Amino acid sequence: MTDAPVVSVRDLRVYYGTLRGTVRAVDRVSLDIGAGEVLGLVGESGCGKSTLGRGILGLLPEGAVSDGEVLYDGRNLVTMSDRELRRLRGPDLGLIFQEPMTRLNPLMRIEEHFAETLKQHESNLDNREIRRRSLETLGRMGIPPTRFRQYPHEFSGGMRQRIMIALALVLRPKLLIADEPTTSLDVIVEAQILSILADLRDNFGTALLLITHNLGIVAEACDRVAVMYAGQIVEEGAARQVFSEPAHPYTRELLRSTISLDTTELHSIPGAPPSLIDPPSGCRFHPRCPEAMQVCAVREPIEQGLDGGRRVLCWLHGPDTEVPEAGWAQLERQEIAVAEEA
Amino acid sequence: MASQGTSLRQYALTRIALVIPMVLILLTLVFLLMRVAPGDPISSSLGGRVPQEEVERIKAELGYDRPIYVQYAEYLADIARGDFGTAITDRREIRDIIKENGAATLELTFFAMIVAIVVGVLFGLLAGRYRDTWIDGGGRLFGIVIYAMPVFFLGLMAQLFFGSYLGWLPTSDRASPIVDATLETHTNIYTIDTIINRDWDAFVDVSKHLILPAVTLGLVTAGVFIRLVRVNVIRTMKDDYIEAARARGIDERSVVYHHAFRNALVPVITIVGLTVALLLSGAVLTETTFNWPGIGKTLIDYLENRDYTAVQGIVVVFALIVVLASLIIDFVNAYIDPRIRY
Amino acid sequence: MAVPAQADSARVPSHRRLGRLRRTLAPISDARGMTRTMLWLGAGITLAFVLIALFAPVIAPYEFDTFRANGQRFPQLEAPSSDHLMGTNVQSTDVLSRIIWGTQTELKVVLVSLFFSILIGVPLGLFSGYFGGKLDRVLVLLMDALLVFPFLLLAIVIAFLLADKVGQGILTAAIAITVVYIPLYFRVVRNHTISIREEPFVEAARALGARPLTVIRKYVFFNVVQNVPPLATLNAADAILTLAALGFLGYGIQPTDGAEWGYDVNRAVSDAASGIWWTGLFPGLAIVLLVVGLTLLGEGLSETINPVLRKRAKVDVDLGPASEHKADVE
Repeated sequence: MTDAPVVSVRDLRVYYGTLRGTVRAVDRVSLDIGAGEVLGLVGESGCGKSTLGRGILGLLPEGAVSDGEVLYDGRNLVTMSDRELRRLRGPDLGLIFQEPMTRLNPLMRIEEHFAETLKQHESNLDNREIRRRSLETLGRMGIPPTRFRQYPHEFSGGMRQRIMIALALVLRPKLLIADEPTTSLDVIVEAQILSILADLRDNFGTALLLITHNLGIVAEACDRVAVMYAGQIVEEGAARQVFSEPAHPYTRELLRSTISLDTTELHSIPGAPPSLIDPPSGCRFHPRCPEAMQVCAVREPIEQGLDGGRRVLCWLHGPDTEVPEAGWAQLERQEIAVAEEA
Repeated sequence: MASQGTSLRQYALTRIALVIPMVLILLTLVFLLMRVAPGDPISSSLGGRVPQEEVERIKAELGYDRPIYVQYAEYLADIARGDFGTAITDRREIRDIIKENGAATLELTFFAMIVAIVVGVLFGLLAGRYRDTWIDGGGRLFGIVIYAMPVFFLGLMAQLFFGSYLGWLPTSDRASPIVDATLETHTNIYTIDTIINRDWDAFVDVSKHLILPAVTLGLVTAGVFIRLVRVNVIRTMKDDYIEAARARGIDERSVVYHHAFRNALVPVITIVGLTVALLLSGAVLTETTFNWPGIGKTLIDYLENRDYTAVQGIVVVFALIVVLASLIIDFVNAYIDPRIRY
Repeated sequence: MAVPAQADSARVPSHRRLGRLRRTLAPISDARGMTRTMLWLGAGITLAFVLIALFAPVIAPYEFDTFRANGQRFPQLEAPSSDHLMGTNVQSTDVLSRIIWGTQTELKVVLVSLFFSILIGVPLGLFSGYFGGKLDRVLVLLMDALLVFPFLLLAIVIAFLLADKVGQGILTAAIAITVVYIPLYFRVVRNHTISIREEPFVEAARALGARPLTVIRKYVFFNVVQNVPPLATLNAADAILTLAALGFLGYGIQPTDGAEWGYDVNRAVSDAASGIWWTGLFPGLAIVLLVVGLTLLGEGLSETINPVLRKRAKVDVDLGPASEHKADVE
């Protein structure tokens, strides 16, 4: 890992208002991503990871507010004006979406998509240069030049995703956020996409935030991993370490519920993901945590640093000085029932 | 995968083949409807006004004394040859009626359509783009109110205001009596004919007569456009590729014009096709109000005289026109949207 | 071996049924912004007209064809005055009274006609869409052919044909309007039924062995029927215009049956040359106002029910105090 991270997120909060209350999709998240590094962001559906990815880029729906710092190139993206942010999107910041089927304009040829993107950011390029760069990037993705003038509907899902990646890469961004890029694709295509993404790290030194709910992908493709729950990062560290010695009970439960060829019995985490409008008091995981203590229901845990550059948000790791005497006692199981309501 | 190079021609042939059953059903429907009346059409229209032997003679001449399936076969054969029958009351051939009066209706509906499209698309695009602002509210209200106006009421008010009160524009007929009498017709479309004749005074006169009816009919039809264009713009702006374009840093203006508006207008082409039907019925009312000698007014006149054959012939022509229009619209659609070509 | 239909025996307890109703109506109270304005404005206008129609005998100063009072004939074509707030027409009848009685006519005809259109069109669409087969194909062909015609033209032709048998009055207009809109309900209901039929939860019900009628009743009908109110309201607006057009062309109401706005406008055309504006303006405005009211209501309803068009409410977000725990990252 290089010294200065490409992007530094500090205390990012993304909230949006609904008729039922304020949804705290991202509630004080901090992380760093270095050049050439792949950070995996895992969590269940609805934990806020997509919002986090978009929040970093400032691509939030109407009605969402964000607060905190996203430091890129010495500037805070959260407080930047829309126009400046737009200029960064493309050449500096890239985003790959989940559903490639609908992310390309059906009335525009692939060629036009590329021309539009390149001309927007580098207006002095001539057509020949545009074509050259587009074909080069597409070629790297395995799309032949003969198909350059075709329409999106003439490509399969996997190919469209590759086109999307090419479209994101043609401007050589320093930070690329991939939001569940392979979720809607089959395993074989998934492997191809992952190898492309691994390529990025090696050849371009792109910082990559890989958002997924699939732990297998993370184990395979990521240097570090951040585990997200209810809008917060509960554990973060080197992927190998986190998976072999998970520090947070949620991580442990996630790993146990993963199905592999050795699985003989299905294990699931009891309860349901909590409401982001009215999250549980104290530690948000406490209603479903098999190791919950009294203090967990009352006070929010304080982030702790572990050796090896790991972070964890759990009372099991202290700090002991902050936990009252009675706090160490086990939490009664009926709390789980309450979690069912959420 | 969608086949490459699916030709427009292939689509055209398929589409035409599908239309033939529909046309047959329509023709049969009209045939049956006209024979629902008690007795025969001849007696109904002429009975009592003309001696009985005359009625019998005409019946034999026009074939109404023959068995019904023979009549049906002849009816279909005639239509295939372009013979839509002869009116009973004034013995005009429907074919000629279409040629002479049809041109008048064509001229009227053409300019009305232009007014409708310009006004409708303009207000619709603005309303959709600036959704929930006063622009949107005003545009929608305008659309609703003008659609709510019966075309004959708007026409009446227009006649009162611009004709009687201000005296700026003529309130009926296609041209002043002198011009009408001296006009050398080529296409029967007066605006074109006067240009061909290089008779500029006549051109101005004819155009002045065209303004009130065309604008009246056009405005009322614009109401439909506004609503539909607006909805389409709103739907399109939510499409995934719009967000993807923004993620690449494409500026909002380009996103709106090149992606949203262009894609939103595609279904509008279909709507234009549907509007043909609307224009035809509106034409009937407009022509009656403004004494415009088009097919609509002619139909009403024949209806009043209970001339079944004429009504049948004209209705058949209307049906064929609408079917033809929808075919053309489908072709234009397939041309614009490459996904449709099966 | 088919499992006995569980779906059949389960009965929805009454308080749950009310909950269903409350849930259905929830989007209406959630409506914000323009949709809300349209809904309430449209409902208000429509309600006003309904009340006018209901209380016509009480509100109207005269009957629709009264041309004299106290032995004195009313003045002909008199401009609006204190006696006749909207003036009189060429037959010396009071314009205001004709507007009020006309409200009754319009609403009566349109409501009855649409009622029958729905009564015939919706079940046809439901069964045709659900069961498919030959009957479906025939019906679709027939209905599509009818839909090719513009509503007004079809109505005119039907009214024309019926005029011989039934006379040119209110019944003719009503039947014409009923027939004209059946294909519309048929098509909308059929299309929606077909898409619902393919939904997993319907498939699941069938897999459990539920009888077709039960499936339709419990699952399909309720979903599909939600489409009907906005469609019916917008339809009513269109039907008023069609009825007025029929009246204008002479195929609506006989003058002896009652007052009709379209007919009145037609009569007013000849008045226009003499600069007499009140005989045409008021009936015309009545048409416009009622149609606007119905359209606003209909558009408001369809926006409420259609989630694509629903807009997320702009709710203020309170970020709360900045975090007390600063992240500890090296």
